[in-house]
Amino acid sequence: MTTSIESTTTLTVEIAGETGWMPVCSYADLVPGRGVAVLIEGHQVAVFRDRAGRLYALANRDPFSGAYVMSRGIVGQRGEVPTIASPMYKQVFDLRTGECLDEDEGPDGDPAALRTWAVRTR
Amino acid sequence: MSDVGKTNVVLVGHGMVGQRFVEALVEQAGGRVAVTVLAEEPRRAYDRVHLTSWFSGTTAEELSLCSAEFARQHQMDIRLGDPVEAIDRIGRTVTTRAGRSVPYDVLVLATGSYPFVPPVPGHDADGCFVYRTIEDVEAIEAAARGARVGAVVGGGLLGLEAAGALTAMGLETHVVEFAPRLMAIQVDDGGGEVLRRKVEELGVTVHTGAGTQAVTTGADGRVSGMTLSDGSELAADLVVFSAGVRPRDQLARAAGLAVGERGGIVVDERCRTADPHILAIGECALAADGRVYGLVAPGYAMAEVAAAEIGGAGTDGFTGADLSTKLKLLGVEVASFGDAHGAAEGCVEVLYSNTRAGVYKKLVIGADGRLLGGVLVGDAEAYGTLRPLTGGALPVPAEQLVLPASMGAPVRFELPDQAVVCSCHAVTKAVIRNAVTTHDCLDLPAVKKCTKAGTGCGSCVKLIGSIVTEELAAAGIESMRGLCEHFAEHTRAELYEIVRVKGITSFTRLIDEHGSTGAPGGDGCDVCKPTVGSILASLAQGHILDGEQAALQDTNDHFLANIQRNGSYSVVPRIPGGEITPEGLITIGEIARDFGLYTKITGGQRIDLFGATVDQLPQIWKRLVAAGFESGHAYGKALRTVKSCVGESWCRYGVQDSVGLAIELELRYRGLRSPHKLKSAVSGCARECAEAQSKDFGVIATAEGWNLYVGGNGGMTPRHADLLASDLDRDTLIRTIDRFLMFYIRTADRLERTASWVERMEGGLDHLRAVIIDDSLGICADLDELMDRHIGTYRDEWAETLADPDRVRRFVSFVNAPGIPDPTVRFTAERDQIKPVLFEKLEVRGR
Ligand code: SRM
Ligand SMILES: Cc1cc2nc3c(=O)[nH]c(=O)nc-3n(C[C@H](O)[C@H](O)[C@H](O)COP(=O)(O)OP(=O)(O)OC[C@H]3O[C@@H](n4cnc5c(N)ncnc54)[C@H](O)[C@@H]3O)c2cc1C
Ligand code: SF4
Ligand code: FES
Repeated sequence: MTTSIESTTTLTVEIAGETGWMPVCSYADLVPGRGVAVLIEGHQVAVFRDRAGRLYALANRDPFSGAYVMSRGIVGQRGEVPTIASPMYKQVFDLRTGECLDEDEGPDGDPAALRTWAVRTR
Repeated sequence: MSDVGKTNVVLVGHGMVGQRFVEALVEQAGGRVAVTVLAEEPRRAYDRVHLTSWFSGTTAEELSLCSAEFARQHQMDIRLGDPVEAIDRIGRTVTTRAGRSVPYDVLVLATGSYPFVPPVPGHDADGCFVYRTIEDVEAIEAAARGARVGAVVGGGLLGLEAAGALTAMGLETHVVEFAPRLMAIQVDDGGGEVLRRKVEELGVTVHTGAGTQAVTTGADGRVSGMTLSDGSELAADLVVFSAGVRPRDQLARAAGLAVGERGGIVVDERCRTADPHILAIGECALAADGRVYGLVAPGYAMAEVAAAEIGGAGTDGFTGADLSTKLKLLGVEVASFGDAHGAAEGCVEVLYSNTRAGVYKKLVIGADGRLLGGVLVGDAEAYGTLRPLTGGALPVPAEQLVLPASMGAPVRFELPDQAVVCSCHAVTKAVIRNAVTTHDCLDLPAVKKCTKAGTGCGSCVKLIGSIVTEELAAAGIESMRGLCEHFAEHTRAELYEIVRVKGITSFTRLIDEHGSTGAPGGDGCDVCKPTVGSILASLAQGHILDGEQAALQDTNDHFLANIQRNGSYSVVPRIPGGEITPEGLITIGEIARDFGLYTKITGGQRIDLFGATVDQLPQIWKRLVAAGFESGHAYGKALRTVKSCVGESWCRYGVQDSVGLAIELELRYRGLRSPHKLKSAVSGCARECAEAQSKDFGVIATAEGWNLYVGGNGGMTPRHADLLASDLDRDTLIRTIDRFLMFYIRTADRLERTASWVERMEGGLDHLRAVIIDDSLGICADLDELMDRHIGTYRDEWAETLADPDRVRRFVSFVNAPGIPDPTVRFTAERDQIKPVLFEKLEVRGR
């Protein structure tokens, strides 16, 4: 997807919550390769934009440290997989599915995957 | 309380092994057992192995192995401070000192050991201590406050730890050991001698071959000293007995269960006593191989076996354990493995001993040429490779394995396939190779995940890494020489040259033009992005938070602060040379107080303010900048601090103004981005109070000028700096440092400190001198120009950030709710300051 600056400044990013799509920020708030955190329905969600302009929304809680910091990680790629690296201990997750590519379980024994949300622009 | 339908398990003793047993039991049979713990000590299980760290400030809470949450979650009934006094095997109940009677279906004894105190006259006088519990160390610390001289009876592992603690508290310390050498169990005479010298260098007086005849007391009944077996007197204000331990088997003994000749409750391979309802584990048990183990790892193995026994899972049983150990005692490395004393018939010893350098290495070789064991003192580096080789034939002559690297050809050999590389998880080299060849594990993390090797104590990780690399090379898969998959062809140094020569100013251009196949148009990753961000910053290509550069930075650089474990950040203003005015101190204090931050003096002679939320960072910095402070770059791979000693202005020995020079250097190089962090120090005379020789570049004043040292390092692999040049005047000194730094920035690998960079430099120091002093490569003018550019364009990152509303905008917790701080960042109190509340879900299981 290639979008010109003019058309993107007015776009709004929306996340699918339990009660439908909710606007969370403007597309221009997102720096390519970085994320922001938003609050919806009591959840902390990390929203990312990659270099190609694609959007992703995942849980903000890093399962390895327990801290709510995923939005402050670095977006990247492993092979074809778009990824986000946790800023705390650097485990890497698949941005599309939330699956952790480095370890299966967090230290509490729970699966290390991040919940994902549907996200779109309007 | 006994739950209907559940097996009622009663554990006597809540020590390290008992706790591990409970953890294993609830994991295997959580819903089917009701657990009652009867403990003598007034607190839940804690880490006895690290008891000595109590003297360096570790709290009882930090040592704890069993959280209240764990106990609650598993509905454990824990009764503290009430020891069991009797077992009624027929009625299947135990009685405690307080008179409580507790029924059991299965009774597990994990009562540990007690310290043996030789029954000499005066052994129980006021001022005599043992070393086993938190209460013991509390008492020792209290007594040490009023004392001058301390004596430790026993020169084994614990005795030396105790001696270390006494010296650290400032006591003149003596160790009295009955055997002719220290650590008689682990090391031999030669090793003991080297160890003794090293320990004495630390100021501890060692008396070996000396028995304790009596503890003498003064008129007040308090300890006044000791009489040794040769009749000599030793004055001392306190005595710590550390003369070995004995299993606490009295309960079992009184209940008619068999105990060993020298103590220990007799159990079989499945940790069962003769009574099918009673098990014993840990230091109180006499294992099936006829030994009582005084180490925690065998105890843990027994705990797992006992839990499997009760939970009904299959188990191999406990048939004995490896007693190999590697320790760091008072900073001296000691390792002992296999048949360390050469007990096997017909064995021979190969040894290298150098008392001057404080190194002793011995290998025991069997009559058939196999490696049986060994002792290493002072340099135990080889332990990682030798332990897995034990029991097998040696791949190279033994001599080569004990000689220092500088004296022989570098040792290269292959471990046999059956060698156990990771002893925590019993993983052999064959299994690791197999993971690479048949399970397609192409790097260390994948191998760890697949085999579990390296996920215990971690001591084998380095070895696994080299096996993986070897195996990949053998399979024709060249391990990447480049930075990462996106720049597989280029090292950091090459990328630096590309960026410099082509004048590239953005990551996207670099990856599009020079990335590996598939990388152009892509996002890179968390390895190449920060590396390129750092290269761009080193070459003074603008503010690190501008445009595309912002997306490259690690979270610390991105928020110009250091992330902490709960997601809050720390703030470190620069305090050049460690010099600060009273006003400056007051301002920092006021800001910390107003924002409720935790404050601590760092190891770098400045002040760290912890616990700021992302939202608070700009507000805090606004006040700091207004008061004249600037970023300390604690978050960046950049110059950290230039420490100083007080120097000639005040110190009666100082020969130069070390504070003045330290400030000048810190201001000159502040903000300089580099492959790894840079640290420096300046000492005003050869007494070296600023520890300049442990820094990336360190300066020591001489009567004629300044000596420059480079390549020093603290951290995990400490290295003393090398003297690069002597008696330099100020200008030459500064030019030489300029070039040293720029040459390093230009050629080092990602995250390579100057220490390893200097170490791997072909031609060594001479080459370095040739390049930066004699200009043998003709690059000095370039290096000088780059440094001048850095100095000319330096601006305080925080002041610049605050001046730009666009940059400030990123400092919010939630973009859709600015002003609302992250509710999960919470604090409790500790010693009158805040401390992060950690996340309850994360009760990490004890290892
Ligand atoms: C705050 C401080 C500890 C303290 O309370 O005293 C500290 C704190 C951290 N150190 Fe340090 N180090 C601190 C002095 C030191 C020192 C002592 C010194 O500088 O004189 C050393 C040994 C000297 C050396 O570096 O050679 C030291 C060796 C390390 C290392 C090991 C480096 C190595 O080469 O092996 C790391 C890990 C790393 O950088 O990869 C590290 C990493 C860290 C990190 C960044 C770990 C992390 O990623 O969170 C800590 C950041 C905490 C924070 O938010 O500020 N810290 N650290 C000290 C800050 C000094 C300052 O004012 O800037
Ligand atoms: C300073 C120090 C350093 C050490 N360093 C190392 C090391 O580096 N490596 C290593 O492997 N090992 C080390 N050890 C040894 C290690 O701590 C022990 O092997 C380990 O603690 C044994 O665990 P345990 O549960 O069998 O015994 P313990 O941890 O001693 O626990 C036994 C518990 O049972 C309680 N108890 C006893 N009788 C009763 C009763 N009748 N009723 C109720 N409770 C009772 C005791 O009070 C105690 O709390 C060290 C020990 C010390 C003291
Ligand atoms: S990194 Fe430094 S400050 Fe942090 S715990 Fe380790 S030694 Fe202490
Ligand atoms: S030996 Fe491999 S993790 Fe401990």
